[in-house]
Amino acid sequence: MQPNRKKPAACMLELIRQNIWCFLGAMVGTVMMVLISFATPVLLAETVDSVLGTVPSTLPDWLLQPVRALGGREFLRENLWIMGAVLVGLNLLNGVFTFFKGRLSAVASENIALTLREQLYGHLQRLPFAYHVRATTGDLIQRCTSDVETIRRFLSVQIMEVVNTLLLVTLSLMILLGKNVSITLYSMVLIPALFLFAMWFFRKVHKGFRVMDEAEGKMSAVLQENLSGVRVVRAFGQQQREVEKFDAANSDFRKKAKHLNDLLAVYWGGGDALSMLQSMITLLICVVYASRGEITVGTLIIFTTYVGQLLFPIRQLGRTLSDAGKSLISMERIQEILSTPAEPEEPDALKPDLHGDIVFDHVTFAYDQDAPVLKDMSFTIPAGKTVAVLGGTGSGKSTLMYLLQRLYEPTSGVISIGGVPLTKIDREHLRSHVGLILQEPFLYSKTIRDNVGIALRDPMQDRIVDAARVACAEGFITQSDQGWDTLVGERGVTLSGGQKQRVAIARTLLKDNHILIFDDSLSAVDTETDAQIRAALKQRQQGMTTLIISHRITTLSQADFILVLEDGRVVDQGTHAELCARPGLYQRINNIQNVLEEELNHTAVQPESEVNN
Amino acid sequence: MQAFQEEDYTKRFDLTLWKKLLRIAKPFHKNLFIVGFFMALCAVLDVVFPLLTSYAIDNFIAKQTTAGIPGFIAIYLGLLALQVVSIFVFLRQSGYVETGTCYTIRRLGFQKLQELPFSYYDRMPVGYLMSRLTNDTQRLADTIGWSLLDLCWGAVFLVCCSVQMFLLNWKLALVVILVLPPLALISWKFQKSILAAYRQVRKTNSQITAGFNEGINGAKTTKTLVREEMNIQEFSEVAHTMRSSSIRAATLSALFLPIVVSLGSLATAYALWKGGQDVLIGAMTLGTVNVFVSYTVQFFQPVRDIARIFAELQSSQAAAERVLSLLETEPDIVDTPEVAAVFGDNFHPKRENWPVLHGDVTFKDVSFRYKDGEQVLSHFNLEVKAGQTIALVGETGSGKSTIVNLVCRFYEPTEGSVCIDGVDYRQRSQLWLQSNLGYVLQSPHLFSGTVADNIRYGRPDATEEQVRRAAQMVNAEGFILKMEHGYDTQVGEGGNRLSTGQKQLISFARAILCDPALFVLDEATSSVDTETEQIIQHAIQTVLTGRTSFIIAHRLSTVRSADRILVIQNGKITEDGTHHELIAKRGYYYQLYTNQFQDERGLDILAGNA
Repeated sequence: MQPNRKKPAACMLELIRQNIWCFLGAMVGTVMMVLISFATPVLLAETVDSVLGTVPSTLPDWLLQPVRALGGREFLRENLWIMGAVLVGLNLLNGVFTFFKGRLSAVASENIALTLREQLYGHLQRLPFAYHVRATTGDLIQRCTSDVETIRRFLSVQIMEVVNTLLLVTLSLMILLGKNVSITLYSMVLIPALFLFAMWFFRKVHKGFRVMDEAEGKMSAVLQENLSGVRVVRAFGQQQREVEKFDAANSDFRKKAKHLNDLLAVYWGGGDALSMLQSMITLLICVVYASRGEITVGTLIIFTTYVGQLLFPIRQLGRTLSDAGKSLISMERIQEILSTPAEPEEPDALKPDLHGDIVFDHVTFAYDQDAPVLKDMSFTIPAGKTVAVLGGTGSGKSTLMYLLQRLYEPTSGVISIGGVPLTKIDREHLRSHVGLILQEPFLYSKTIRDNVGIALRDPMQDRIVDAARVACAEGFITQSDQGWDTLVGERGVTLSGGQKQRVAIARTLLKDNHILIFDDSLSAVDTETDAQIRAALKQRQQGMTTLIISHRITTLSQADFILVLEDGRVVDQGTHAELCARPGLYQRINNIQNVLEEELNHTAVQPESEVNN
Repeated sequence: MQAFQEEDYTKRFDLTLWKKLLRIAKPFHKNLFIVGFFMALCAVLDVVFPLLTSYAIDNFIAKQTTAGIPGFIAIYLGLLALQVVSIFVFLRQSGYVETGTCYTIRRLGFQKLQELPFSYYDRMPVGYLMSRLTNDTQRLADTIGWSLLDLCWGAVFLVCCSVQMFLLNWKLALVVILVLPPLALISWKFQKSILAAYRQVRKTNSQITAGFNEGINGAKTTKTLVREEMNIQEFSEVAHTMRSSSIRAATLSALFLPIVVSLGSLATAYALWKGGQDVLIGAMTLGTVNVFVSYTVQFFQPVRDIARIFAELQSSQAAAERVLSLLETEPDIVDTPEVAAVFGDNFHPKRENWPVLHGDVTFKDVSFRYKDGEQVLSHFNLEVKAGQTIALVGETGSGKSTIVNLVCRFYEPTEGSVCIDGVDYRQRSQLWLQSNLGYVLQSPHLFSGTVADNIRYGRPDATEEQVRRAAQMVNAEGFILKMEHGYDTQVGEGGNRLSTGQKQLISFARAILCDPALFVLDEATSSVDTETEQIIQHAIQTVLTGRTSFIIAHRLSTVRSADRILVIQNGKITEDGTHHELIAKRGYYYQLYTNQFQDERGLDILAGNA
């Protein structure tokens, strides 16, 4: 379907490759940590056996040489602090490596998370308009947040954990086998069982978590519905029943949580039992061998410590492995977004002046495979004129406006401005100079000031105030508690539909518009304010071509000419006077005034009778 | 708006707070003792196991004998079994306490929320209340169920360990234990900054989520404004902050462990050095040195746990404060004891004593002020006869909603009184009024469940026949039967599987099923398709007949057919009369009517209707 989509594993490797030095560093740190964790018990064993005891040392020669030079065992016995100092030294060294491993793997994984986040965000911004019309927000956000987090955790913790455990197991086996084969076998007898138990049981626990999360979700949903519907609950006097409903969900969640907890008790208890049993077996076997003199106390220390430090990572490995598979799935879900084609770059595109005539030449447009929304449309909008568009639901009037910003491309036919076909004009240039105000505008969660100045890099306060004044927005802005610094959106105030529209108009006015389009964007503003805004605009828009979608006759009548759309076609066009003279949609809209006057007269004449609706 | 800003944790440890919480957890005190006992047992056994090793070294290896090994195995196995059992038991019991406490606090909190007045809901956003009963409660239960017990384990372990070391060799023990205070102090300081660093990470993370949210939801607008690059730049700043704060937190954690372990190894080294010397002069056995060494290695874990718990305690305490403040809020609209004695309260109504509600409503010199001091009504008077339909018009903030909320007794007058059938409604129970009330909201709120469940909401005992009749009366049956499972169709969370118009119709059916004497309607402004619009208009007329109704009206047809239209401006009635009377007056109503007439008609024509 999308041939350029990379395999998730390849993407993961690519991300690792970009941070290879951090990864290698962390890997070195891990290896060193493992090595030191092997050295510490050896140090203790040597102290017990060969310094305090009389067993000849088994350490390699290069290590013994300097000791011998100092005076050998006698010297160490008199200066036992040396052994302590070496122990502290080893721990410090281990600390240094632990720190570097921790920091480097954090840097690597955070770099990768940063890369993924920036790629995702950037790509989402560059995806075409049509993608966002169809997108399901919740799912996209899920991918951008939890899937990134899954990958980050895999790269920062899980990979190192696996390396660490494998290294521990291999080295332990090698060293211990070298010491005594049969003790080693006894010491490892329960390890596979422990691993399998952890892995198998973790799956069960995992399911328990999911069940519990679902129950919690249900409980939250009851709570949420109750709180947001509190008026309904009270108005119907249903408090008692709500309490019972919540109690059921609450109890169910408690039951599921308790069940999971009991599973965990078995999981941890069972793991502990196996681990402790293994430790006991090791100790006993060592004691038996040591009492026969076949091994030393030092070897006993080595065996018990090595086995002890193996047990926990083995238990974790079971869990990590069954968890790690998820990161590939997450990667795939992220790739799905990144491989969707963005709006193509057009390096040769033109950046003409857009003050010319707008010409639609046999333009047809259909969304995807659907029936066409615009059918063979041809008309001309002379430069600098104000044109009103009237059309019913589904007449295609909004689509027409989208085409002018190249948010969609016509299926066939050509749109041109000043003789230049739209397809040759640079998108960014076009959108920068064609102001489009949507009917239901989106405001950003910033202050009102920032929202009005949103299209500019360095908006100046006086320009912002000026634009707000033209859009009749200054009044309600300065009246609100924090004035221009009032926060809009989720964390701030909720603006009414009309207020939003006015802010949207103000922010669009600050652009350098050659063409200005109102996509029914005064619909939620009352008629008086509507007229005020248009009057103020008229003074500013010299030379600007203006398109207004409206159903208000006052707006329509003041346009230079009017296009009437029905079912994707231009069915009529002309001036107010011309259209009023012809029967049709426009005439009917114009007649409302007469109908109203008639009704008011009727009401005055017959004050006692009911007026039909 | 300030209310839901998360407070900072500056307060000192507050014992009374925790006492109150432990009182809530009273049913679980027995379990807490069981857990405490087994945890202590665990800690003691943790101290005993190294002794077993030392015994084996000194008695079997040093003496070169295997005699007595079977007995040793038996004891070892016995202790091991005891250890596993106590781990198992305290895990289960702790879980029981945790889930049980959670459940109890939630139950109490939810019950309280059902009693608190709307003035409380005005101040507290839903999200804030949600997190009181979800996150905060969970944190408290975790603290009670686990943290306190971890504390108990750590303390017992440290004490037993120290005692044992003193018994073995007090001089050595004294020095080794010296390492504990700095270890504890450093751990505590570190844990605090680590927690703070991760709190910062979580804060930034929510900005990241908000950034994606806005980037996706605003993508269309962003395109029309050519703001992509600026958005990307802004997001990039947050993403970089996220990177650096995450690395900072990870670095702190990475630093913590090595420092503490190294510090602890000083004790180990000292034990090895001095203990070794004692072995050489025969003052100590090899086994004992081994015990000392393993204790000093194990010291570190309980110290770290204790430090972590103390560091976390501050934020748990903040959670405790928030939860308790919810549980301790006193509702300010309550049935007085005298009223409750006759008519019952919200949870135990005495319906047999309830008088019939006819529907005369009188505002007598009513003043109302919101909690934040905003005066909405002053000396407001209004008399409504049973069965009248009153339409309220006026701008947002004029006081329309307040009047309606006062009628419903969602608020009570700060001065004056509201009388129903001539009696101040504070002399009746809240449930009496609300059981006689029909209420349809501008944005209808449905509950998860089937269509029938929702219609039946105010009268759970209604028969299927009654449900159907209610739906038929508002012409909702047509679309209900067209759905997959008819009346048994699930409406989804908050009714989100239905269209706005459908939700409105169901909320009308829900109201009409209760056959209320009083009816309140906040008419929707959002547009629905023409056909549904006509059905809704019809539904409104059906619901209104024969009831005292208050309507916050938006549509002309609704306003026009009201018995009385009140124009409300700044908390006062400025115009009062029928449609004809007010049109003749040529005042505010006339203006409103003529402006809106054009708009409504225009839209009707474009929608292909009229």
